[in-house]
Amino acid sequence: MASPQVSSVDLFEGVLRMADDALILSHRMTEWASWAPQLEEDMALANIALDLLGQARLLLTYAAELEGAGRDEDALAFLRPEREFRCVLLVEQPTVHHFDRLIAVLLTFSAWWVPMLQSLTRSSDVRLAEIAAKSVKEARYHLEHAAAWTNRLGDGTAYSRARMQQAVDEIWPLAGDVFEADEITERLVCAGVLPDPEAIRPAWDAAIDQVLAEATLVRPARGFRPGTGRRGVHSEHLGYLLAEMQSVHRMHPGAQW
Amino acid sequence: MTSASGESAATGQPAATDQPTASDQWRLYEVFVRARRGLSHHHVGSVHAPDAQMALRNARDLYTRREEGVSIWVAAAADITASSPQEKDSFFDPAGDKVYRHPTFYDLPDGVQM
Repeated sequence: MASPQVSSVDLFEGVLRMADDALILSHRMTEWASWAPQLEEDMALANIALDLLGQARLLLTYAAELEGAGRDEDALAFLRPEREFRCVLLVEQPTVHHFDRLIAVLLTFSAWWVPMLQSLTRSSDVRLAEIAAKSVKEARYHLEHAAAWTNRLGDGTAYSRARMQQAVDEIWPLAGDVFEADEITERLVCAGVLPDPEAIRPAWDAAIDQVLAEATLVRPARGFRPGTGRRGVHSEHLGYLLAEMQSVHRMHPGAQW
Repeated sequence: MTSASGESAATGQPAATDQPTASDQWRLYEVFVRARRGLSHHHVGSVHAPDAQMALRNARDLYTRREEGVSIWVAAAADITASSPQEKDSFFDPAGDKVYRHPTFYDLPDGVQM
């Protein structure tokens, strides 16, 4: 259980943020089913999507228990409106038909998620530490997959290199959301539940710099846009995503299969 | 993020240059998986991949989803030299009547396993 000085409200919020990142990125990746250039890559993307969905389920279940309001993982995933989602804007960007952009999103997200999970294995919150220990191996594979494709496209043909560079440039302003901290983050960091976001940053920088250099790509010079996703203020894309993702559950509340 | 979204909404479909052509088709690799330490690698199937490293990843995702293996080999299918069905008679039939090649004429001591 959490340290005594952590309020379950803060903890709920902290867990929900990570759960929503995993859930929404998972959904964006499932949209690729049947669209990848080869059946083999279709399978790889679906595997990653399912890994992320598994992580989201563990985190959402824990969040629901912390909230203690009678909601379960399904209620949190399928019955919350857009403003109650806490994911960063990076993971909600549409990627289908833009494989380069999908890879750029997966790369920048996983480069954060891997060191984040590594730190969380030492969290003062035992449940989070256990979830992180299970998830970190999956996330490492996701990072390797994204890095391998960044390398192939960046260090590929002139055309693929230009597209990969453009994709990195496009998503770059959103890549820094994950490092933003508010009072909730600070309280959770003080209690040893979450790592300091800035402590994760050197690992992220190192991973991104290495992958981009190997791929002969240029790290964008521009800065990050201030993030709003943790406050529930999203880009226009999340609403459409939720409308699709939640439609079956809303049509058949409580359905089991 | 307007630039990305705007382009996505405007484009909708991949540009004509994204369409695969025959030369874009990936090579075929044969996949061999070792189920656990002490066993040898067995052929399990094949994957398409642009190179051997990616073939290994694709094989991992296709053939070891349910803990089927601890090691994977991939080999380009084009690099494998195989016996042909036409050679079956000359290759394999001569061994058919040479029963003395089977160690069945000896009494095995107790405890020796065939």
